[in-house]
Amino acid sequence: MNLHEYQAKQVFAQYGMPVPNSRVVSSIDEVATALQKLAGEHWVVKAQVHAGGRGKAGGVKLLDSIDTVKQAVQQMLGSRLVTYQTGEQGQPVNQVLIEETSNIGRELYLGAVIDRASQRVVIMASTEGGMEIEKVAAESPQKILKTVINPLTGLQPYQSRELAFGLALQDEQIKQFGVLLNGLAKMFIEKDLSLVEINPLVVTGEGHLICLDGKINVDDNALYRQQELLAMRDKSQEDERENRAKEWDLNYISLDGDIGCMVNGAGLAMATMDLIKLCGGEPANFLDVGGGATKERVSEAFKIILSDTNVKGILVNIFGGIVRCDLIAEGIIGAVEEAHVNVPVVVRLEGNNAERGSQLLRDSSVNIIAVKGLTEAAEKIVAEVNK
Amino acid sequence: MSVLIDKNTRVICQGFTGKQGTFHSEQAIAYGTSMVGGVTPGKGGQTHLGLPVFNTVKQAVVETGANATVIYVPAPFCKDSILEAIAAGIQLVVCITEGIPTLDMMQVKIVADSEGARIIGPNCPGIITPGECKIGIMPGEIHLPGKVGVVSRSGTLTYEAVEQTTRSGFGQSTCIGIGGDPIPGTSFIDCLRLFENDPQTEAILMVGEIGGTAEEEAAEFIQSEISKPVTAFIAGGTAPKGKRMGHAGAIIAGGKGTAAEKFTALEKAGVHTVRSPADMGKGVAEATGW
Repeated sequence: MNLHEYQAKQVFAQYGMPVPNSRVVSSIDEVATALQKLAGEHWVVKAQVHAGGRGKAGGVKLLDSIDTVKQAVQQMLGSRLVTYQTGEQGQPVNQVLIEETSNIGRELYLGAVIDRASQRVVIMASTEGGMEIEKVAAESPQKILKTVINPLTGLQPYQSRELAFGLALQDEQIKQFGVLLNGLAKMFIEKDLSLVEINPLVVTGEGHLICLDGKINVDDNALYRQQELLAMRDKSQEDERENRAKEWDLNYISLDGDIGCMVNGAGLAMATMDLIKLCGGEPANFLDVGGGATKERVSEAFKIILSDTNVKGILVNIFGGIVRCDLIAEGIIGAVEEAHVNVPVVVRLEGNNAERGSQLLRDSSVNIIAVKGLTEAAEKIVAEVNK
Repeated sequence: MSVLIDKNTRVICQGFTGKQGTFHSEQAIAYGTSMVGGVTPGKGGQTHLGLPVFNTVKQAVVETGANATVIYVPAPFCKDSILEAIAAGIQLVVCITEGIPTLDMMQVKIVADSEGARIIGPNCPGIITPGECKIGIMPGEIHLPGKVGVVSRSGTLTYEAVEQTTRSGFGQSTCIGIGGDPIPGTSFIDCLRLFENDPQTEAILMVGEIGGTAEEEAAEFIQSEISKPVTAFIAGGTAPKGKRMGHAGAIIAGGKGTAAEKFTALEKAGVHTVRSPADMGKGVAEATGW
C-alpha cells in the first residue's frame, strides 16, 4: 500500500525526521487558515496523488500570494493529474499540501528498501538528489552509497558516519544525519515498510537537513498489524475494478488489450497472458481466481472482466489440482449464464477430471468453446477476437 | 535417490485439525506420505485422521521421531510456528501459507540459517518426491517418478510443468515450489545445488517469474556450478511495470526484474529457455536430446 506525501511526512515527523512545516487542505475554504499557520512569503503547493513526476505535470507550484495559492488549490482539487507514472486517466487530486519553502543548498537522495538478494533492509544514499534514482543507478552506480542493516544489531553509528562522510556532510549536519537515519531505520522496521524514499533530502543554505519529499510503501502482508497506516489508505488512488475484485478474493490487474483472462494461480495467469501475446493477441487483464473457483466467484470474475468495455473475448485457463474440473465446469456454465456473457469464451481445463469437465462444457446450452491444449486455447481465442 | 524428502521422511502437520490442515493431510496420507501426527495447541491427546495430535512440536518430535513439518496456520502466526519447529530440531519446514509479513520472514530465515534448518516457501505449493512423499497442496496424480528436477516460484504453473514432463514420460525426481514471496526460505540456487548432487536427477526444469533477481543469480550459479542440462521458462513477459502480479514478489520495480532480463541472463549461462509455457516439457527434451 502506498501513502501520500503528506502522510509519509507525518510518519517521518513521528520518528524525529525533519520535515517542512505544512498544512494539508481538501477544500478552498481551508487555504487562508492554513497560510496563517505557515511562515514566509512563498509557499509550495503540491497535489497529493500516488504517483511520481508531479513537478513536470504541473502538480507542484511555488507561489507568493494568498490569491495565487487559492487559485492553484482550486485548479488542483477535483482535477486528475496525469504524470509519466499514471495512466492516461491520471490520478484524482483530493488533497493539496501547502508547505513553507526551504532555502535549498544541496539536494541529496536517501532511501531504504528490502533488498531481496541480501534479504536485509538496505539504506541507499546519493549526492544526486532530485533525479530519478533508477537513472543514477543505471548510469553511475558508484554514486549510490549503500549500507546493510543487520537485523540483530540494528543500524549502528558507524554506518551513519560512513554515509554522512560519503555525502560530504559537515560538522553539525553529520549529527543531524545520524538522528535522521536512526529514525528512518526504526520507522522502517516498526511500521513494516517495504520502501522509503526521501528525494530530495535537502541541505539548506543555513546548513540544516530537511526531508523535502517523502514516499512510503507499506508491506501489504503486514497491514493487519499496522492499523494506523491502514487508516491512511486512500482508495480513490487505486483502481476501482481491482478493489472490487479484492472484495471477492480475486486478484485483478487491468491491462490495455482486448482478451480477458481468467486463470487459477498467479504464475499460470502471467504465463497465459504471455502465451496470448505469443499468439498475436493482447491480454486485457491479469486475473487470478485462486483455488476455490466456485460459481459465485467465477461469476463475479466474468462481471469484472466484462466491465472493461475493450474486452472482445475471454480465455479461461484452469489447472484443476485438488479442485475437480467438472465442478469448475459447472461453475463456469452457471456463471456465463448469470453474468450474461455475450463475447466468445474459450475454456481450457487441465488436471483432475478435466475430460469430464470439458464434456460438461460441450454439452451445455451456453456458448462456450472447450479446448484441450494450452497453445490451442490461446490460438482459438485470438482467432475468435479477430473474426 | 531424490532431494530433501523420500519414503522415509516422517512428517507432522502444524495447524493439523484446521480445515486446510485436515484436507491436505488426508490427501498426503492417501498419497502414501509417512504422516506421523500433527500439532494443534490445546488439542493434544486427541486423535485426528487416525494420527496423534500434540500441543507442541517438541512433544510431537519426541513421540513420533518426525523430521519434517508442513505448516497451514494463518499468516500472522507463521513466524511463531516456523520458529517452534526449528527449536524442536526439525530440519525441513514446509510453509504453505500466503501473506506472511516480509520482515517476519527476514528474521525467521536468519534463525533457520543459523540452526541449519531448511524452510521451503512460504506462499508455495510444497515439495514432492513422486511415488514416495508429498508435502503440500499439489495434486499427487499428475506426477510420475522420474529424472527431471523441477523448481518453481509458482503453484499451478508448476503443475503445468509437471504435467508436461509426465506426459512426455520423463517423470520427476523431486519438485520443489520455492514460493512467490520476496524472501523465500529456499532459493533457486539451493535447489540447483541439490539437484546437481542427486544421481536420480538428470535434467533440471526451472520456472521463474518477474520480480527480484533470483533468476539472474541462478544463471550465474548455473554457469559455474551446474553440469546437468537446465531448461527455463519465465512468466510475466507481458506484465506491466510497478504492478504486483498476484504474488508478493512478482513486481517489476525500479526497472528491475523484467522477464526479458532474466531470459537473457539464463541464455548467457547456457540455459535452454522456452518462451511459451506450453513448451516446458518439449524444452527439456530439446535440452537433453531425450
